[in-house]
Amino acid sequence: MATRKTTRKLSPSKKTGTARQSNVSSEELKTLYKDMLLIRRFEEKAGQLYGMGLIGGFCHLYIGQEAVVVGLEAAAEEGDKRITSYRDHGHMLACGMDPKGVMAELTGREGGYSKGKGGSMHMFSKDRHFYGGHGIVGAQVPIGAGLALADQYLENGRVTFAYFGDGAANQGQIYETFNMAALWELPVVFVIENNQYAMGTAQKRSTSTPELYTRGAAFGIPGEVVDGMDVLEVKAAGQRAVAHGRSKKGPYILEVKTYRYRGHSMSDPAKYRTREEVQKMREERDPIEQVREILLTGKHTTDDDLKAIDKEIKETINAAADFAKESPEPSLDELWTDIYAPA
Amino acid sequence: MATEILMPALSPTMEEGTLAKWLVKEGDTVASGDILAEIETDKATMEFEAVDEGVIGKILVTEGSEGVKVNSPIAILLDDGESLSDTNPASTSASPSAQDAEQTGSQPPQRQAQTVSPPPAAPQSNMSPDWPDGTPMKQQTVREALRDAMSEEMRRDHTVHLMGEEVAEYQGAYKVSQGLLDEFGQKRVMDTPITEHGFTGIAVGAAFGGLRPIVEFMTFNFAMQAIDQIINSAAKTLYMSGGQMGAPIVFRGPNGAAARVAAQHSQDYAAWYSHVPGLKVVMPYAAADAKGLLKTAIRDPNPVIFLENEILYGRSFDVPDLENFTIPFGKARMWREGSDVTIVSFGIGMQYALQAAETLAEDGINAEVIDLRTIRPMDTGAIIQSVKKTNRCVTVEEGWPQSSVGNFISSVIMQHAFDYLDAPVINCTGKDVPMPYASNLEKLALVTTNEVINAVRQVTYR
Repeated sequence: MATRKTTRKLSPSKKTGTARQSNVSSEELKTLYKDMLLIRRFEEKAGQLYGMGLIGGFCHLYIGQEAVVVGLEAAAEEGDKRITSYRDHGHMLACGMDPKGVMAELTGREGGYSKGKGGSMHMFSKDRHFYGGHGIVGAQVPIGAGLALADQYLENGRVTFAYFGDGAANQGQIYETFNMAALWELPVVFVIENNQYAMGTAQKRSTSTPELYTRGAAFGIPGEVVDGMDVLEVKAAGQRAVAHGRSKKGPYILEVKTYRYRGHSMSDPAKYRTREEVQKMREERDPIEQVREILLTGKHTTDDDLKAIDKEIKETINAAADFAKESPEPSLDELWTDIYAPA
Repeated sequence: MATEILMPALSPTMEEGTLAKWLVKEGDTVASGDILAEIETDKATMEFEAVDEGVIGKILVTEGSEGVKVNSPIAILLDDGESLSDTNPASTSASPSAQDAEQTGSQPPQRQAQTVSPPPAAPQSNMSPDWPDGTPMKQQTVREALRDAMSEEMRRDHTVHLMGEEVAEYQGAYKVSQGLLDEFGQKRVMDTPITEHGFTGIAVGAAFGGLRPIVEFMTFNFAMQAIDQIINSAAKTLYMSGGQMGAPIVFRGPNGAAARVAAQHSQDYAAWYSHVPGLKVVMPYAAADAKGLLKTAIRDPNPVIFLENEILYGRSFDVPDLENFTIPFGKARMWREGSDVTIVSFGIGMQYALQAAETLAEDGINAEVIDLRTIRPMDTGAIIQSVKKTNRCVTVEEGWPQSSVGNFISSVIMQHAFDYLDAPVINCTGKDVPMPYASNLEKLALVTTNEVINAVRQVTYR
C-alpha cells in the first residue's frame, strides 16, 4: 500500500476574477454559464409545475448550488461515473441527460428516464453513467465506492464522483466507506456538498467539527475545502481530485461550500434561517451572476449574446415542460415490469 | 402578455390553502425568486416565490382568504410596460388558463382505468429429475458443494468475485471459501473489515458497475446492519430505474440457529427476505441443491439471498458428478411420496420433516415431503398439486410464527385448494421468543420432530 497523504487545506484563492479567468477561454466560460443557467431555469420550472400539481411527492430543488456540479463535470472525462442523493436534478442535467426525460420523470410519465416509476429522487442513466438518484441519506456513498471498485477491478481508468451533503456527512456508513476506499485505494472522489443545512438543522447544531474536508484524515484521505459558489474554483479543485484518483492514489475529499436558496423540499417553509441570509447570498455570491460578470467585464461576450443564450435555454426548458405534460402516464402493465431482470 | 399567478400546491397533500398575506401590491415590479405571498398549507406557512418577472397587475384573492383551491388564479402578472387594460378581461375572468391548468395540469392524460392482474401464480409444477438417470454421484458435504459452486463459477466468469469477513486468508469463518484465495488471488477473494453496512453498499455498487459479487455474511444476523443496502439499493433499483440497471449479486452465509449461540446469533430470515419483490430467496437443505442453486444464483442477473445453515455445512449427501450442473429457481423437490398428508419445508426444517415422515410411516401414515428449496420464487404449484392429493398440509420452518413462510403457504392453499382441504393447515415454527442460551430452553424454542408428528396426527385425525 502507498504511503498516506496528510490532509491539507488549500488557502482560498486570493486572485481576482480577471486574474483567474486568464487561462479560461471565452467559449468555456460561456459553456459554464449556460450549463448553470440551464439547471437554474429547469429547477424554477420544476417548482412551478409542482405548484400546479403536475409534480407530486417530494421535490428537492438545486437552485443556488449549480456551480458545484457544473464545475466538477468540467473536470470529468467521458466514462467517469457519478452518483448522488435525492437532490439530483442538477447532477443529471450537468452530465448530459436530456431535460425532457428528467422533467417527464418528475411528472411521472412514460417518457421519463425511469418510465415514471422512480420520480424526482430515483432516476438513473446507464448511458450517461449516472447511477442515481438515491432516497436514503448516505446510502449512495458506499455504492459510489463500489462503482470505483468495479472500475479498479476492470482496470478501465475511470473515476467516480460520490456526492453527499453535510447532513449525510454524519452517517456511519460514510466512515466505513472511507476506511475501505482508502485501504483499497479506490478511484473515488467524495464530494461533500455543504449547503449548511441538513434539512432544517444548521450545521453547527448537528456537527461536532464543522471542517468536513478533514473527515478523511483518520483514514489518510486528503481533503480540501472549495468555494462552491465559484465555478472556476470548483473546476480547478475537481481537476486535482480527478488527477489523484486517475493516477491510482486512491480517494479524495472535496468539501464544497454552497447554499441552497429554496427550502429542503417544496414543502419546507425554511423558518430555520432568515430571509436576509438567503437574500444576501443571492445578491453577493450567486454563482451564475459571478460568471455573467466575468463574461461581460472581461469582454468575453456581449449582452446580446447572453440574451440569446437565455432565450435558447428558456426554449429548451419550455420544450422539456411541454414534453413532460404531454407524455402519457405509464402503461398500466408497467406496474409489473422491471421487478426482475430476465435470467 | 399577461399571465395568471395560480394558487400553488406547496406540499404533497395540499388541495387548498389560506392566502395569509400578500407581500406585494398592485403595481409592484417583481423578479424571479421574490416572495409574493405567505400561504398557509395543512402543514406550515410557506413563502410563495415569483417564477417569472413582471408587474403585479391585479390581485384577485385578498389576503386572509381561506379555502383557496390549488391552481385557481390569485393574481395577474403583466409584462413590463403592459397595462391591465391591454389584456382581454374576458380571458382572465373566464380563466381559460386555469381551465387549461385543470386539463393539462393537475389532470394528466389519464390511462383508461382497467384492472391489471399480476402475472399468474403458476399453480403448475415441474417435478422432472434434476439430473439424468445413471449420472455418477459422489459424497460431499454441503460446505464442499458450496465451495465447488463458487470456484466453478469463478473459473467460468472473471467478473465473479467473493468478498466478506475472513473469506480469504482465514479461509472462511466456516471454511466454506477454503482454497479460493490460493486459486483466484486477493483481487477476486477479498477480506473486508467488520463493517457490513459499508461493504454491502460497496458490493451493490460493484454490481451496478459491471461485476458479479458474492457477499459472504459471517451470519445473516450481521446482515441486519446492511439490510437497507440489500433492500433499498439492491432489490429496488431495477424497478426504480425503469429496467436500466439492476444488481447481479449473491448475498450468502449461515442463517438461523446454530447451537447455543443465543438470541442475537440465531435468527431465521427466510420470511423477512421472502417479503421483498426484487429479491430471490434460496434456502437449500441437501448438498446437491446447495451446489446447483448457488451456481444458478451466481449466474442470475438479480440480487439473490442464499440462506445456508451452520449445522448442515458438515452433513454429507450425494452430489451428481457433472460439469455445469445447475438447478433452476422455483422448482421444489419431492423427497418422499405419500398420500395421507403433505409436509412442506425448506432448509434445516427438512430434517424434522423427513424424520417425522419416517416415524409416521411406521404407524402407517404416509406423508409426502416437499422441499421448496427456493422461497421466492416459490413452487406453489407443487404444493397445490400435492394437497389436492393428500387433502392435508403441515409446514415446517425454524423461523418465528407470525408472518411466517408457512402463513403464506397456508393462504396460497386456501386460495387454490380450499375445497380439497379436510383439515386446517398447521404451521410448525420456532417458538415466539428470542432464542435462549440455556441448553434445555434452546431445545424448547426450536421446532422439533415431535411437534411435526403431532401436527400430522392432528390434521389426519389419527
